Amino acid sequence: MNEDFEPTIVAFLCNWCSYAGADLAGTSRMHYLPNVRIIRVMCSGRVNPLFLLNALQQGADGVLISGCHPGDCHYLEGNYYARRRFVLMRKLLEHVGVDPGRINMSWVSASEGAKFKDIIEKAVEGAKESGPMEQFKRRKINW
Amino acid sequence: MESTRPKIGVYICHCGINIAGVVDVEAVTEYASKLPGVVVSRNYSYMCSDPGQTLIKDDIREKGLNRVIVASCSPRMHEPTFRKALAETGLNPYYLEMANIREQCSWVHEDKAKATEKAEKLVEAAVAKVLLLEALEEKEVDVTPACLVIGGGIAGIQAALDIAEAGFKVYLVEKTPSVGGHMAQLDKTFPTLDCSACILTPKMVDVANHPNIELMTYSQVESVEGYVGNFKATVRKKARYVDFDKCTGCGICAENCRLLNRIPSEFDEGIGMRSAIYLPFPQAVPAKYTIDPERCLQLTKGKCGKEGPACKASCQADAVNFDQKDELLEIDVGTIIVATGYDVFDAKRKHEYGYAENPNVMTGLEFERLVSASGPTGGKIIVGRDKKGEGGFEPKKIAFIHCVGSRDKSLGNEYCSRVCCMYLAKQAHLIKDKLPDAEVTVFYMDVRAFGKGFEEFYDRVRREGIRYIRGNPSEIYKKGDDHALIVKVEDTLLGTPMEYEADLVVLGVGLEPRQDVREIIDLFKLSQSTDGFFLEAHPKLRPVDTASDGIFLAGCCQGPKDIPDTVAQAKGAASSALTLIARGKVKVEAQVSAVNADECRGCGLCVEVCPFGAIELVETNRQGNIVNVASVNEALCKGCGSCASACLSGAIQPKSFKDEQILPQIAVLGVRTE
Ligand SMILES: Cc1cc2nc3c(=O)[nH]c(=O)nc-3n(C[C@H](O)[C@H](O)[C@H](O)COP(=O)(O)OP(=O)(O)OC[C@H]3O[C@@H](n4cnc5c(N)ncnc54)[C@H](O)[C@@H]3O)c2cc1C
Repeated sequence: MNEDFEPTIVAFLCNWCSYAGADLAGTSRMHYLPNVRIIRVMCSGRVNPLFLLNALQQGADGVLISGCHPGDCHYLEGNYYARRRFVLMRKLLEHVGVDPGRINMSWVSASEGAKFKDIIEKAVEGAKESGPMEQFKRRKINW
Repeated sequence: MESTRPKIGVYICHCGINIAGVVDVEAVTEYASKLPGVVVSRNYSYMCSDPGQTLIKDDIREKGLNRVIVASCSPRMHEPTFRKALAETGLNPYYLEMANIREQCSWVHEDKAKATEKAEKLVEAAVAKVLLLEALEEKEVDVTPACLVIGGGIAGIQAALDIAEAGFKVYLVEKTPSVGGHMAQLDKTFPTLDCSACILTPKMVDVANHPNIELMTYSQVESVEGYVGNFKATVRKKARYVDFDKCTGCGICAENCRLLNRIPSEFDEGIGMRSAIYLPFPQAVPAKYTIDPERCLQLTKGKCGKEGPACKASCQADAVNFDQKDELLEIDVGTIIVATGYDVFDAKRKHEYGYAENPNVMTGLEFERLVSASGPTGGKIIVGRDKKGEGGFEPKKIAFIHCVGSRDKSLGNEYCSRVCCMYLAKQAHLIKDKLPDAEVTVFYMDVRAFGKGFEEFYDRVRREGIRYIRGNPSEIYKKGDDHALIVKVEDTLLGTPMEYEADLVVLGVGLEPRQDVREIIDLFKLSQSTDGFFLEAHPKLRPVDTASDGIFLAGCCQGPKDIPDTVAQAKGAASSALTLIARGKVKVEAQVSAVNADECRGCGLCVEVCPFGAIELVETNRQGNIVNVASVNEALCKGCGSCASACLSGAIQPKSFKDEQILPQIAVLGVRTE
């Protein structure tokens, strides 16, 4: 494990639970590592599995999806879809040789600031163990 | 997509020292000014303040900005504020993007250099996205000026009356033959000891007579479609087998019923009996008889005695009609209030307390019927009567037990039921009142006398000679052949085990979500909290709203509460429903999904995943071919975007969260900074 290596983690958080949980971690001044960059979506069900692939292609060393706990989805069942898609995508990524330690999913409710901090630390640790993500490195893509 | 060139203004907030203390705002401002499309980049102490907003508005007007980035707190906090500022200048409010550099940056990171670098990246990602945002239109739909209230307990009654009084139509649907709910079963009410029936009955009569209320008892909602402002519900009015208009409520039918006093009365919690044709209780509203289709001989066996059903023969109004059928009614409403109440904990589940075996172990709700003057004993405290209501004895030593089925993880109920401490104190008082010589002991874990007048009431009860012993009984069992019961308990204040002998034990059963709670969840797609009660939209600020717009909660269906709290919440729900109805219009989500018809394959995957039934396939003519194409009902769509992740061709996309708007954010944020 390369201790000096500072991985970049791209996190997709649902607006209602996990993004609110991340906000709560802030309001409660819980310090966590600055390696994570958050993208807000309305529902974890919005996270197209290709977003994960895309983030890894761009050079992110780890990805995270987080949504409401099962049964709590603001849109009733989006988190179930997210979970199914995630499982498939992780299998696929593992299949092509991506370390599963880079690919994270966790439920975080609006009241779980502390849990959010924990999963960030875990995601950073996982990515550190896997080392810099070089597999998909390619020329810069322009959108 | 947009022909005019983007002119972006970036506004970095200091938030006093909340942001500026950690993030180098000057550096971020400088960084932002070099990003593509940015024409102005500024920082200011409080962007949300009036001068802060003016700064943005002036720039929009003077510099012709057409996109705005505010890098400050969470969009969950101030997105509406800044959207409004944009709109005031005439710029479409959806041309705003926020970068959360407070909650998700300055407040959580200590390393100033790293926090600043992260803030720069977040602003850059916002710029990448804002370039691709589109103007959205906020649509308004009409609100049908009517409300559907489900459940006719005190919560539903109060909500219905408030809305009706304001001049709007209410449909009050109650499952059982009468309104009233649990409150109708209670004798006196804590802490003031007013008689429950005396304060409730007038309200029950009011809901039945109010010109704006259509009361539907013995009815159930079968299905609901639509969305806030425009719900369509189908209600099943179950057959009573009694002509509603003809029945005078005289009760001669019940007296002649062959099953008179043979069926346990639900209202009397099984300690009293009824007939197959019945009025649940004397003050029932409406005062119309109902035939129990599961017990009536004529309905179950097709035959009642030699001479045929005596109820029918004896009815002078000719109201009994065995051919009656269920009716289905369709109603249109703009808002819905769910007030379906609770069930009491099933004491059989607490085996150690011997409720199933011993007739002199009873629940608090049974006790309410026992002390009630309108109850089966006429209010006399007599227990252990036989099925005919004869025999029985007057108890001399009575034990009340707290927290039966509440605050008990082993039974899955971790929560406090909030009413048991006080109703047991009330019941202990009522016993003392009727049987002054009886020895009354209350076994408690803690006494929670939190409400107005509660502590004073508890104090008064103790001074009446009622003993409170701190201890949670481990077992209750019968001793010998007579009525004696042993309550095995440790007095935790003295640390001594004891075996208390009683001849009546009253269990302070807690409140639970109704057994049939699933019906309502499936009907309205409500969520449950961990305790199983319905989940409110926000525990503090939106306690009567649900995650579904236009559907509100009132009373114990949302969590255990006493009557004053139930009434307060019902009034809150009524006022929330009224706000929508009175305004007459409601804004629907602008960030909804849209279909690119040319790219849609018509596979229907989006239709399958949409939790709101907002997408359907419609036939269209594509260059002479009739093909299926997905189409979004914007009023139903809530903009979650699940459809977009399911779509194989990327044809359906939620506005403001399209692939092409999110991918550039990933492109900025995914790059590792060395
Ligand atoms: C033993 C006991 C003693 C109590 N004593 C007191 C007291 O002294 N003072 C006090 O303040 N509080 C007391 N309470 C609490 C009190 O009972 C509640 O606060 C109150 O009854 C809550 O009213 P509600 O309308 O929310 O629910 P409920 O009274 O349960 O009413 C719900 C109604 O909805 C109907 N319903 C349910 N599902 C459907 C459906 N799907 N469709 C249509 N209708 C439906 C039910 O039939 C019922 O009529 C006591 C509670 C208990 C258990």
